[in-house]
Amino acid sequence: MSLSSKQIEGIAHLARLELDAAEIPRYVDSLSSILGLVSELERVNTDGIAPMAHPLEGQVQRLRADAVSSPNLRQLLQANAPQVDAGLYVVPKVIE
Amino acid sequence: MSGEWETVIGLEIHAQLATKSKIFSGSATAYGAEPNTQADLVDLGYPGVLPVLNAEVVRMAAKFGLAVGATINRRSVFARKNYFYPDLPKGYQISQYELPIVAGGHLDILLEDGSTKRIGITRAHLEEDAGKSQHEGVGVSTIDLNRAGTPLVEIVSEPDMRSAKEAVAYMKKIHTLVRYLGICDGNMQEGSFRCDANVSVRRRGAEKFGTRAELKNLNSFRYVEKAINLEVARQIDILEGGGTVVQETRLYDADKDETRSMRSKEEANDYRYFPDPDLLPVIIEDSFVEAVRASLPELPDDKALRFQQQHGLSPYDAGVLTASAEMAAFYESVVALVPSDPKLVANTVMGDFSASLNKDNLDIANSRVSAAQLGVLVSRIVDNTISGKIAKEVFEAMWAEGLEADAVIESRGLRQITDAGAIGAVIDAIMAANPKQLADYRSGKDKLFGFFVGQAMKATDGKANPALLNDLLKAKLAP
Repeated sequence: MSLSSKQIEGIAHLARLELDAAEIPRYVDSLSSILGLVSELERVNTDGIAPMAHPLEGQVQRLRADAVSSPNLRQLLQANAPQVDAGLYVVPKVIE
Repeated sequence: MSGEWETVIGLEIHAQLATKSKIFSGSATAYGAEPNTQADLVDLGYPGVLPVLNAEVVRMAAKFGLAVGATINRRSVFARKNYFYPDLPKGYQISQYELPIVAGGHLDILLEDGSTKRIGITRAHLEEDAGKSQHEGVGVSTIDLNRAGTPLVEIVSEPDMRSAKEAVAYMKKIHTLVRYLGICDGNMQEGSFRCDANVSVRRRGAEKFGTRAELKNLNSFRYVEKAINLEVARQIDILEGGGTVVQETRLYDADKDETRSMRSKEEANDYRYFPDPDLLPVIIEDSFVEAVRASLPELPDDKALRFQQQHGLSPYDAGVLTASAEMAAFYESVVALVPSDPKLVANTVMGDFSASLNKDNLDIANSRVSAAQLGVLVSRIVDNTISGKIAKEVFEAMWAEGLEADAVIESRGLRQITDAGAIGAVIDAIMAANPKQLADYRSGKDKLFGFFVGQAMKATDGKANPALLNDLLKAKLAP
């Protein structure tokens, strides 16, 4: 399994990572080799086996009652934010 | 030229579920709170937190599914939809992808020609809402995460609609239904009910769908209709000019009344869905489904049919009166007081009453005239105390001044004249005062009958019983 440079650039874009042109061949090699390792699994015969959504399948998702249990932690949580204004998180502009 | 083209529309409706707390956390969902006061560690995607599913959300989705004749999947799976945006702190939205909770249903809409059309519902899945971004500052956007994690059900239709009007009829029907079920408040200004429309055109008779554009975040019925019509015209223009429609997301701008591209093609969405390892598959027992089924209220279509059968209403009137559960209940409360004339009650409720609510921008809960008060007014028409025309005047006084019907009738002396002798005397006087018209009428000018009716109504301040006046006039004017 070998990824192309273009695929690496696409993956980097989706992950919002900036790669130097020089770094790309390194990622082509290392990510391709990871995929190669995982593709070993393709040798297992999975005919007639239903895909699982979770390793603990067979257990059931627990549900909680519809009740408000979280207090207002704004002050505490916004202490971690680089910039806030009037209770809002401030970020670099995301549309033109 | 455009007659050669057929429009194809599918809608994705997002309805915010009316829970107290969020879908995966114990934060409140109340609208209008101070920014970021209803967003906890789970909503903010802090490391080490785990989402726990709100039971009420599952129940509400099942309720919707049963109401549209869909299958409630006994096993459904939450998946992560990955993308970056500042109002999505985790970097993914928890949604459902391959295995949604509701699959395959339908809804019938009433078309303008009176026929019904069945619209398929592909699926309805649960997901969390994102936060809210604003871009008004210079060089900055601001983020309120109160909405992050609010439960949504996304209702995806089949591409079954063929005009903007059909799309609006379908959207209104879903809007009515979710409010009947009590699973969504339907408040479009607050964003509790919104819609994306997939729109394409194809040559009439073609099998294959054209390339579609997705119109985002249409938050009023009017915008849905306008945006779709604009988009259809734009696509037909492109195709007739020999161009090709690009698959893209477009935003409707109500101020400029245009749709414009939101994301370019190179940035084609790649959401890399995969099952969320933090959440186990949701397993629903038959007993749960049956309990939800038993809790369903009378649904809008059933109620409309009953109104037609029980109250003798037309399909259109029944549809209008069942458009909200509150309106239907109001109508039935009035009918209970005037059981002899449900049609007259329908006309009054849909006419003056609804017009006054709209004019003052009120809903039924804060109407200025109650069902009991309106019932008395309609009863006074039925028992011949007043005519329908005078009833309008009485209603206006009730609405404006908060008075009872009987008080208005008495204080203004509006009681109808039903005394044949009194009306006869009025007619005699009019005949004596208008010998020429009388002679013309008797020599065949039938149209002059209206003149005598008008004169008599004028002389009685509109209070003569119309049917009695007609009978007496006919008898007296006869040659």
